[in-house]
Amino acid sequence: MAVTTDTAASVDSVVRPRGLWGWLTTTDHKRIGILYGVTAIAFGVVGGTEALLIRLQLATPNGEILSADAYNQMFTMHGTTMVFLVVMPAAAAFTNYFLPILLGARDVAFPRLNALSYWVFVFGGLFLTLTFFLGGAPDGGWFGYAPLSTQVPEVVRMDYWALGLIVLGLASVLSSVNFITTVLTMRAPGMTLMRMPVFAWMATVVSFLLLFSLPMITVGLFQVFMDRNLGTTFYDAAMGGEPILWQHLFWLFGHPEVYVLILPAMGIVSEVLPTFSRKPLFGRSFVIFSGMAIGFMGFGVWAHHMFTAGLGPVAEAAFGLTTMFIAVPTGVKIFNWLGTIWGGSLRLNTAMLFSLGFIFLFVIGGLSGVTHSIVPSDAQQHDTYYVVAHFHYVLFGGAVFGIFSGVYYWWPKVTGRLLDERLGKWHFWLMFVGMNFTFGPMHVLGLNGMPRRTYRYPEGLGFDMWNMMATVGAFTIATAVLVFLANWWRTRTRGEIAGPDPWDGRTLEWSIPSPPPEHNFDIIPTVVAEDDFWHRKYVEDDSGNPVAREAPVESPVSTEPIHLPSPSYHPVLAAFGIFVTAIGAVYLPWGLLAVGTGAVITMWGLFGWSMESLTRREHE
Amino acid sequence: MSEHAVEAHSGGHDAGHARKVAMWVFLGSECLFFGTLIATFLLYRGRTGDGPAASDVFDIPFTSVSSFILLMSSLTMVLAHHAASRRDRRTMRIWLIATALLGTVFLAGQVFEFTEFVEHGLTVTTSPFASSFYLLTGLHGAHVAVGVLMLLVTAFMSFGGRYRDDEGMNVEIVGLYWHFVDIVWIVIFTVVYLLQV
Ligand code: HEM
Ligand SMILES: [Cu+2]
Repeated sequence: MAVTTDTAASVDSVVRPRGLWGWLTTTDHKRIGILYGVTAIAFGVVGGTEALLIRLQLATPNGEILSADAYNQMFTMHGTTMVFLVVMPAAAAFTNYFLPILLGARDVAFPRLNALSYWVFVFGGLFLTLTFFLGGAPDGGWFGYAPLSTQVPEVVRMDYWALGLIVLGLASVLSSVNFITTVLTMRAPGMTLMRMPVFAWMATVVSFLLLFSLPMITVGLFQVFMDRNLGTTFYDAAMGGEPILWQHLFWLFGHPEVYVLILPAMGIVSEVLPTFSRKPLFGRSFVIFSGMAIGFMGFGVWAHHMFTAGLGPVAEAAFGLTTMFIAVPTGVKIFNWLGTIWGGSLRLNTAMLFSLGFIFLFVIGGLSGVTHSIVPSDAQQHDTYYVVAHFHYVLFGGAVFGIFSGVYYWWPKVTGRLLDERLGKWHFWLMFVGMNFTFGPMHVLGLNGMPRRTYRYPEGLGFDMWNMMATVGAFTIATAVLVFLANWWRTRTRGEIAGPDPWDGRTLEWSIPSPPPEHNFDIIPTVVAEDDFWHRKYVEDDSGNPVAREAPVESPVSTEPIHLPSPSYHPVLAAFGIFVTAIGAVYLPWGLLAVGTGAVITMWGLFGWSMESLTRREHE
Repeated sequence: MSEHAVEAHSGGHDAGHARKVAMWVFLGSECLFFGTLIATFLLYRGRTGDGPAASDVFDIPFTSVSSFILLMSSLTMVLAHHAASRRDRRTMRIWLIATALLGTVFLAGQVFEFTEFVEHGLTVTTSPFASSFYLLTGLHGAHVAVGVLMLLVTAFMSFGGRYRDDEGMNVEIVGLYWHFVDIVWIVIFTVVYLLQV
């Protein structure tokens, strides 16, 4: 089935540097995807360590491990890291690697812009993490509520937070523009929008969400930064500023962001379930449209995070209702997934287990979420561990389980080798049990009144046992992650060779070799149906069951030359300039020199960039 | 659209078309950016505290003139685009540079205006009104400055036969951005300056 590379097409002979320089200058969407993935894992270790420290501190009453100050830094950085530096880049890893392939394209629309997004993201992440060594990390909570975040101007912590998020936002806007353009202009012939795989659809919705929600928080972050450094009065209530404005701007971004974190996982699950149930996705177009509906509605419900801020009964009722409505498209998706499994011939391998785990945990998280939309009950739960339990069921049980499902599903495509199933199942079960042990008890803790963001609690309030359970659970999760890393290490050289189509897949990525050649497709495929690749392998008999074709439809052979984007160091240079500028901006006015230097470096990178593309064309 | 799409799908892709789509998408994001800034301004426009109010400092005739100059630059931009599509490099270059000049004049006007305001006691720290005014108009000014740079780079690249219609920032894409920045200014001028008095 696989088309051999050597005979089919001739790829232009751009010299590709090897080693570290090769990675720094790469413009190949697949390598950039791998970079995103590895970076997400690295930051995951950071964010996970922070979580473990939090849990150690809270394991017993009157914990002694962290001071109140250190605790504030821990939970702020844990939240920020997990959201912006782990889950988002992990999803970006899949999008980068697979979006073009799923569309039947050779690359994204703007390969160098893609590299720029990655490097801006990495420097933004470093910028945030470095603060631990520069006088303390941000400590105002991951949503940096004003005026808390605008006070204490002599401490630079929240400057790092505001600027870091502006830089990370820039990276996300750039890649959203890139992905949307890719979807609009790079689809293979016949790949209509409705034939696009669901994962590609969810990546598109996520890009739109980021595109429209990041500008709002960016404005807010500018305001916070200026209040801290220039003495502006946006959030200074004494001067007539309005701290609640920050909450609106934050949640206008923050609520859509929740879907940014969960929709990619939903997309992955929608690819995994059909493959391992050997059935097409049930109600495919419903899944797509409900994804869009969630995207639209995500912008209308932000204020449900602010019920306790006192918005007035009308606003509260409106936001409570819209919030309950948003559960509808989500529920639709869950029925579609169950419908897909129903009556299918299931293969319960690790990828599938993670998808099933996703559904189970996400339903729990979703249900506890609905209880928040009821304003009086939210007043009770607000800022207690009940909320912490809720959003970890969604973000950990949902997003992270979905991502691991994708890891096991697509690993063989990326590396050419299968991950070990026995270790994989250990990984899954440890994580599943650990997850429920960690966050299940937090529901109880919350309802018993344990407030979130307290660094210690006295004995005898009925918190002790549940907290201990949660801590044991957290270490079980950590063990599961170690098992995964061991699996990775082991199968690097010893894993079973996967071949192009180890799962008998449905979508285009399985039609090319594993790992894919640099140009993805020897010849751009022509698509005639949903699940095109499946239909090249199978026909349906009279009762609708798939029957293997005797001779699978082979791709034609082309000898047209293929042009690939050449490597470039300009993206990493420009991103480095932005990094230097941001550092300078924290230490104004002395930092002005660094701001200037950074601006020059960025301009140099961008200017070289626009010149470079011309030179390449002249060679032809 | 459809013609381009077919081209885009035949192996390589039509980079010019993709760049145009990308600029439109990006400007969609910018709409929300300026929308948020304007919303902040509207929230705060009456909160002048002890500081001067808009009517105390604004010089509407002056700003009208500089707004007019900025609007004219949209005209020269159109002329540049026109020349570019006729492949008349020389004329195109002239109009590009003219557009950049008009933009620079507008910026100079803004700088002058800001210094005047500061002398009248309206600084970024005076009141929420002042803070949001400077943030909104300042970030718009920054957009104009970026646009001027893009115009100059485009003009510069057209020397020595290096300019290609389908390469880099072509005139059409710079034009899209420039017109957007102009239109946003019309909104800002109306909301911030005209609605005050
Ligand atoms: C090993 C797994 C994890 C453990 C044990 C854990 C534990 C915790 C705990 C105990 C808190 C509450 C801190 C406090 O309020 O004082 C917290 C907060 C938080 N966690 Fe996690 N977490 C884990 C994974 C994740 C993941 C995967 C995400 C995903 C995106 C995440 C996102 C957050 C956020 C956003 C906060 C709120 C931070 C804040 O209030 O500023 N966590 N976590
Ligand atoms: Cu929400």
